[in-house]
Amino acid sequence: MDDLPQQPTLRAPLLFISVLLIASCGLIYELVAGTLSSYLLGDSVTQFSTVIGVYLSAMGLGSWLSKFLHRGLARRFVDLELAVALVGGFSAPILFQAFAHTHAFRVVLYAVVLAVGTLVGLEIPILMRILKDQVRFKDLVAGVLTLDYIGALFASLLFPLLLMPKLGLVRTSLLFGLLNAAVGLWSTHLLQSQLGPTRMIRLRCLAVMVLLAVGLGFAGKFTLAVEEEIFADDIVYARDSPYQRIVLTRGRGSFQLFLNGNLQFSSADEYRYHEALVHPAFGLRPDAKRILICGGGDGLAVREVLKHPSVQEVVLVDLDPAMTDMARQQPMVRQLNGASLDDPRVKVINADAMVWLQETTGSPFDLAFVDFPDPNTYALGKLYTSRFYRLLQRRLTDEAMITVQSTSPLMARESFWCIAATMEAAGLKVRPYHLAVPSFGVWGFALASKQDFEVPTHVLPGLRHLSDAATTAMFAFPKDMDRVPVQVNRLDNQVLVHLYAREWRRWS
Amino acid sequence: MKRRDFLAASAASALPLACRPKPEFPFSGELVGPDLALGHWLRGGAFPDPDRFEPVSVLVVGGGVAGLSAAWRLAGEGLDDFHVLELEPEPGGTSRSGQNHVSAFPWAAHYIPVPDRGNHAVLRLLQECGVLEGFDAKGDPVFPEEATVRAPEERLFAYGQWWEGLYLRAGASAEDERQYHAFFQEVDRWAAFRDRKGRPAFSIPRSRCSDLPETRALDQLSFEAWLDARGLSSPRLRWLLDYACRDDYGSRLDTTSAWAGLFYFAARKQGPGEDSRPLLTWPQGNGFLIDHLRQVAGARLNCGVMATSIRAEKDGLRVTAWDALNQRRLGFRARRVIFAGPQHVARHVVEGLHSARPASTRIRNAPWMVANLTLRARPKESSFPPAWDNVPRDSEALGYVMATHQSLRDYGPTVWTWYRPFTGPDCDAERARLRALDWPACARMVMDDLRKAHPDLEQLVARLDVMRWGHAMVRSAPGLLWDPDFLALATPFGGVHFAHTELSGLALFEEAQDHGLRAAEEVLMALGHYGRTWR
Repeated sequence: MDDLPQQPTLRAPLLFISVLLIASCGLIYELVAGTLSSYLLGDSVTQFSTVIGVYLSAMGLGSWLSKFLHRGLARRFVDLELAVALVGGFSAPILFQAFAHTHAFRVVLYAVVLAVGTLVGLEIPILMRILKDQVRFKDLVAGVLTLDYIGALFASLLFPLLLMPKLGLVRTSLLFGLLNAAVGLWSTHLLQSQLGPTRMIRLRCLAVMVLLAVGLGFAGKFTLAVEEEIFADDIVYARDSPYQRIVLTRGRGSFQLFLNGNLQFSSADEYRYHEALVHPAFGLRPDAKRILICGGGDGLAVREVLKHPSVQEVVLVDLDPAMTDMARQQPMVRQLNGASLDDPRVKVINADAMVWLQETTGSPFDLAFVDFPDPNTYALGKLYTSRFYRLLQRRLTDEAMITVQSTSPLMARESFWCIAATMEAAGLKVRPYHLAVPSFGVWGFALASKQDFEVPTHVLPGLRHLSDAATTAMFAFPKDMDRVPVQVNRLDNQVLVHLYAREWRRWS
Repeated sequence: MKRRDFLAASAASALPLACRPKPEFPFSGELVGPDLALGHWLRGGAFPDPDRFEPVSVLVVGGGVAGLSAAWRLAGEGLDDFHVLELEPEPGGTSRSGQNHVSAFPWAAHYIPVPDRGNHAVLRLLQECGVLEGFDAKGDPVFPEEATVRAPEERLFAYGQWWEGLYLRAGASAEDERQYHAFFQEVDRWAAFRDRKGRPAFSIPRSRCSDLPETRALDQLSFEAWLDARGLSSPRLRWLLDYACRDDYGSRLDTTSAWAGLFYFAARKQGPGEDSRPLLTWPQGNGFLIDHLRQVAGARLNCGVMATSIRAEKDGLRVTAWDALNQRRLGFRARRVIFAGPQHVARHVVEGLHSARPASTRIRNAPWMVANLTLRARPKESSFPPAWDNVPRDSEALGYVMATHQSLRDYGPTVWTWYRPFTGPDCDAERARLRALDWPACARMVMDDLRKAHPDLEQLVARLDVMRWGHAMVRSAPGLLWDPDFLALATPFGGVHFAHTELSGLALFEEAQDHGLRAAEEVLMALGHYGRTWR
């Protein structure tokens, strides 16, 4: 092996550069598949582990298959590049489509990963066999593997720092497909001596490149059509808990939380919502010590509550440990809520708030904030029934104030007043109020107590939105949001779920 | 050993393991009571007399709803000198319930409609149980919202998805809708009916119903014939009504009396044009009411004891019994006996009854299979969300009731109670068919039925227990309900008073309770207690 004649017709050093490129491409496809499946399916540990596992074993399969290729290796190599370019390049668009339009996303995912992995696994063995006659074996192995691993490093750094933030998944995968095809085209030049007539091969290369370039050109539209079919902005966190799908997206200088596809807050204007939820009640009970929060697992209401020095204990009852864990650990959310859930005064209980109220006892609370998602299912609707408000009152002092987030009095006027009427039916005195939260629209709350009370005229100084005057103004209802006659939402009728579905259907 | 030999050897040793049949289901379970062997032993047996006959004022034979209600009435009058003998290890009859680490659950009957103001007995019981909140200005009873079935109450599985309610509105033609309204107009007409004494045509319990020939005539034809006569042929409507017959009577449109068919709907109406009464339910079903009644009976309730003979003698009634738990014979000398069991048992136990009252052989009882499935988690679904009662349209079974629905637990483990009446025309053949099913056959029947709506269910089931009820409910067959000989079965027979829901020809908690109170009040009168009636 050591005394092979040198054949200057092949440009070995330049071919080593293609190793660098194809190694980068190979890793990018793997990262695209791993990231995409983590976004769409949640549970990134599982997604990355399985994608990497399948990908690497497919590469092994490809390497093994390479021994069955005998003649025309140079031509095979160019074809291989084009195949990788097509399958790898279109992998992200294919997977998004599969997620949006089929029920077999996982099947498609692993099929694509298997195909790309097998093709990529073929590349290096074939390239090495092409080069084996020109380069001494020890140099060949050293050179190819070095560049293979360095290429992987390039890709792994480029992907999170540059590609994902600037291009997104679809453009990244198409761009690297284009790169793979370019390697193919370039190889027709480098391997010319082994290829014979190259016109047809080069035309094929160009055709594949045009296809990918067109894909890239349409990527903007395409991403809009598919990725935005799911979420408007980049997904930075996604997880399926047994209770709901939690998704965090980032875009245009703010980030948003979605539960089952419904917006819960935008970091741009959530302060308006949470100040309005928390401070009016404190305005009437400035010395409140024990606070109950039902829902509100994002920790943002807790952040507002902890601004009051009188507060000694906060009990937050949220169904989903995945939600409260995320509020504690996800850096963006943790920063936004000021790590409120780790405050020593705060106790987090993961339970269905209604079952918790029904089955536990304890010292009464001075204030209760009820911050559930809107009543779009029966399981949520029960948390807006007269039974719920009766159970809640059992856990409150006689002077306690309750604030309930109660959907939009403009978009869902009957639903809003249904919640107020239901609280009244449970024996509460209710004073509803509202404000504008740009990412939601006009939003409403109900302030209530077992006893008669006047609207608050004073709030904590130094808030971003609420002032004394703005607080009082929230309690005035213009004509198009004023009270309408509605039924009471009871456990045995759950009228609110129907009402809410009917009203919001008009706006979607 | 060469490598190849080693591989061959290990493959051979693994073979028997690989060939051992895999269990059919990834979960376990068992067949639970009622004790068929003990019950049938009665028919064969001659029992030697016990050594001693314990004197007692009243002996109640049977610890189901009727027997426990009789005991409740006796105790309520201050008559404490009585015993209740129950064959099964647990009281309650078809209102029995169970309990595991996930939830309490029913073994059969699982709701009662909200009683009207005239149903004093049920109101009294609910008040004692702390369920009745009070009465409104009109004098109607008020119940807290958590006592009545939580919405959504019912859903139907058809065309591969779940739909709200039991009547499938989707795809109904104008004619379907017309017939649906025509039927309920007819129901409204009967709901408005009052005879000269002010009695309604249909009311619960039936002892409050009018006995005018006009209403009794309805019992002369089947529900199907009644529908035929009115041109009500809509398949959707007929499905709903057939479902009602299967659910409440264990029979079909053609084997159910039209009187009973209309009773199901009209007796539950709050008034003409108004909705059906809401249903009161609990996670353990009517076991909730049994829990209260058994507390009242206290130590006077003896379970696992089977009365073997009842004979009238000069100084009262001599009763022999078998205490299966302690394997000993018992004897009682009772002034009165309330026989609160079914007639097919009574005619073997009460001496002379069989020849005196041949009409009892006309009673037919439908067998039922009830399964309780304990689930680790809920199956994934995308159409109309889980309801309390979940009914498949294309099935012999009635679907399942979710025990955790009323306890508000919407996530995590749950218990489903699955019901299947055996509705074939020949009850004895159906009973033999049910008795022949072992646990795997029962589990297969349950899973094959549920898999249609929940393909991924099998992996979620932790346990599947099955109750085979040989005599679950009396069939309300045409011609039975107003037959004078049948109605006479409820009259006393030489010091033995009878109480059982089948004496109404309707299998309902309220009917059993009504007969229990009637029998108890007959006994109280006979023994010189003259209190006010609770009925």
